[in-house]
Amino acid sequence: MGKAILVQGLRKRYGDVMAVDGISFEVQEGEIFGMVGPNGAGKTTTIECIEGLRRPDEGRIEVLGLDPQRDGYSLRERIGVQLQEAALPPRLKVAGAMDLFASFYPHPMDWHSLLEMFGLTEKAKAPFDQLSGGQKQRLFIALALVNNPDLLFLDELTTGLDPQARRAMWNLVRSIREQGKTVFLTTHYMDEAERLCDRVATIDHGQIVALDTPEALIRSLEAERRVVFEVDGPLDEERLQAVPGVIRVERAGERAVVYGEGDRLLSICGSRSRPFSPSSMRR
Amino acid sequence: MLILFGSIYGNEPTPLFGGRGMVDVSVPAYMGLIIVTVGLMSVPIQTASSREAGVLRRYQATPLRPMAYLIANVAGNYGMALLGILLLLLVGKVGYNVQFDGNVPSVLGGGTLGTLAFFALGYLVASLAPTARIAQTVGMVLAFPMMFLSGATIPLETMPESVRNVSRFIPLTHVVTLLQGLWFGEGWGEHLTEIIVLVGTLGIGTAVAARLFRWE
Ligand SMILES: Nc1ncnc2c1ncn2[C@@H]1O[C@H](COP(=O)(O)OP(=O)(O)O)[C@@H](O)[C@H]1O
Ligand SMILES: [Mg+2]
Repeated sequence: MGKAILVQGLRKRYGDVMAVDGISFEVQEGEIFGMVGPNGAGKTTTIECIEGLRRPDEGRIEVLGLDPQRDGYSLRERIGVQLQEAALPPRLKVAGAMDLFASFYPHPMDWHSLLEMFGLTEKAKAPFDQLSGGQKQRLFIALALVNNPDLLFLDELTTGLDPQARRAMWNLVRSIREQGKTVFLTTHYMDEAERLCDRVATIDHGQIVALDTPEALIRSLEAERRVVFEVDGPLDEERLQAVPGVIRVERAGERAVVYGEGDRLLSICGSRSRPFSPSSMRR
Repeated sequence: MLILFGSIYGNEPTPLFGGRGMVDVSVPAYMGLIIVTVGLMSVPIQTASSREAGVLRRYQATPLRPMAYLIANVAGNYGMALLGILLLLLVGKVGYNVQFDGNVPSVLGGGTLGTLAFFALGYLVASLAPTARIAQTVGMVLAFPMMFLSGATIPLETMPESVRNVSRFIPLTHVVTLLQGLWFGEGWGEHLTEIIVLVGTLGIGTAVAARLFRWE
């Protein structure tokens, strides 16, 4: 498997805001790669630099072996893009939009099958401004697939959709990957990334905080647990600290907080519950 | 418009218009009106609102070249202006048996030159305006005085000298003068000033608009 995307040291600043602050990662062909982070973390800026729609201040980007700034037009023949915010002319009909976008590419797909796949066949004659939010979103993904791209970008594809539409969207993304395409998506829902992605980068303040499989990320999120004790009298902090699995102990008045590694901490509490009685346990 | 003024003034020949009727001089003048309406009102609003809504950004994410987009857009708007002009001619001919002394290709050529020059101005407004609302306002602020001071709505012959001095600096006046001349069978050679002004507007407008064009 080759690399679909290579990003090294990407930086982008808007005035005083450092939107993307030195990001590096790779996306392998055939995987669903997700970028998760809160609003304003820098996801859209990153994805649009990769698509060649924004010009990075610093860093190297290679997409399908091309430089998005220098070879933008030939790159965009091979990728499909769903933007976080986009629109079509209000009176353009669904079928007309598919025709129009097909005409932008040298080798477009038969778009009737795409409308079928996205459940838009009955809407073929409906103008854009009469579609629901979910229908517009599906139309934009259908448009992103009309050139049969090798690599698909989805920026917040389920934001604003109801839970049922979200789940339907996830299935569509999975079926797109089954056709052998690489998918790069952003989301601010961890559960979405967990269900869809092979690998996830969490991003905040323009930097990658962690990059791993969703299972490993969730394990590390759960890794540190704490147990809070009410203590009357002295507490042998040294002894507690020495217990395997305990990371550190803090004392605040009558309360003691023990930080430890996930499930091991719970078993410690279980086995040594006599001298200490935990008043509450929190993740 | 034509019907409105036609029913007020009729189409009796008057010495003021060199022995021609009100409608006779108005038909080519209203062609100018259509041109300024499409060029300074439809084009900037349409372009700026497509940009504001994110339509142009979506096009930018495809291999579509800006020039291809502009050509298609110009063709669409040109078609709209042409349709308006044909409708005007039909009403003029059927309703008022308007007098036509020129030749058709020549008048269409003049109309096309005027149309393209005003489209260039329209795209320029769209590129400069930060929002669709501002594009609309600027387009209207430019279009309305032009309509009344260029002879497009009210024949310049009925205006005082001072107004006619101002109108010489308005591009639309040159469209109207050129079209009226061609309409009554004058040659292009008699309208060199108009042609130079309009070709200049077209050239400079296109160059600046192309340079400033933004997808977002
Ligand atoms: N075009 C822009 N001009 C100025 N600031 C921007 C622009 N786009 C994004 N930003 C800022 O950059 C930061 C990252 O934004 P963005 O990449 O959209 O994050 P996300 O997609 O993760 O929500 C935010 O602080 C945002 O306000
Ligand atoms: Mg975003």
